[in-house]
Amino acid sequence: MRTGLIAQKMGMTRIFAEDGSHVPVTVLKVDTCQVVDVRTEDKHGYNAVQLGVGKAKVKNVSKAERGRFAKSKVEPKAKVAEFRVSKDALLEVGAELSVTHFVPGQFVDVVGTTIGKGFAGSMKRWNFRGLRATHGVSISHRSHGSTGNRQDPGRTFPGKKMAGHLGVERVTTQNLAVVSTDEAEGLILIKGAVPGHDGGYVLISDAVKRQAPKGLPFPAALKAKAEAAA
Amino acid sequence: MNTLQKFEKAQVAKLGGNKAPDFAPGDTVKVNVKVVEGDRERVQAFEGVCIARKNAGINSSFTVRKISYGEGVERVFPLHSPRLVSIELVRRGDVRRAKLYYLRGRRGKAARITEKAGPIGASAEE
Repeated sequence: MRTGLIAQKMGMTRIFAEDGSHVPVTVLKVDTCQVVDVRTEDKHGYNAVQLGVGKAKVKNVSKAERGRFAKSKVEPKAKVAEFRVSKDALLEVGAELSVTHFVPGQFVDVVGTTIGKGFAGSMKRWNFRGLRATHGVSISHRSHGSTGNRQDPGRTFPGKKMAGHLGVERVTTQNLAVVSTDEAEGLILIKGAVPGHDGGYVLISDAVKRQAPKGLPFPAALKAKAEAAA
Repeated sequence: MNTLQKFEKAQVAKLGGNKAPDFAPGDTVKVNVKVVEGDRERVQAFEGVCIARKNAGINSSFTVRKISYGEGVERVFPLHSPRLVSIELVRRGDVRRAKLYYLRGRRGKAARITEKAGPIGASAEE
């Protein structure tokens, strides 16, 4: 199991395929994604790599966080996340990952925090049908209707779908195709939409429900390695 | 310029930049577009009045309206589509609006657009 990448969502646009068809794409930017720390089976009980991306102002980083970054000798990162990996896919601390980690045509899962919708009614939140437009319904066309029975059981069952807060929730969108990558700019183009607003951070990893294509860089596509080869 | 705009600009440049002539709503244009017929491709022309233009980077498009067999036909072309072979400027029109949707309610003589003075290919400022 390989590590994933942390990226920032730039927004959506379209590209034209060679046959003239439009492909809706989300542009994701990976800005100096480095390994901040590793977790090993011997020491911590599981294998994982901790990645950091972007750049945080030193004055805005807590002393404890600063200590962590200083220990691994990387610049303070704006966003840090952990990816579980298999034992042979562990990386060196400080290594910088490249967007060529993902190849065009492969499928990925993208984790993000959805756009907040505030306090939403049951129609928007749970896709209820609401009440009728006519036939005596007054002022409650978008309400949820009944929430239970009569004196027996005499209560509304827990978990009843009602109006409430919607959005700002961790969501995984599975099986999105990678259209292309741009190593110089650090961009990944993904077909379709990914969760979250523009500027939000998302986690990209290999799709769990699809067979990975052959020739994926293993354990990871590293930037320093690419420079050495060139 | 943010990353997305930069990316869109690069995509437009990759598609050959702005190969279209300088045309505006009111102009009569001939659009040569590739069509697939069975298993072969040929170029088909669509000639009519440009009634609207949308300028939005790679998402730019324009609408061409013509009367075909007595029936009004409108077609929206993406300006940067690789399916467009070329756009020819046939006639410049003199109009005072950016969107000529009022032409939809008119037929025949009422739907005429006066020709703009000056040689074809010269823009209004010249």
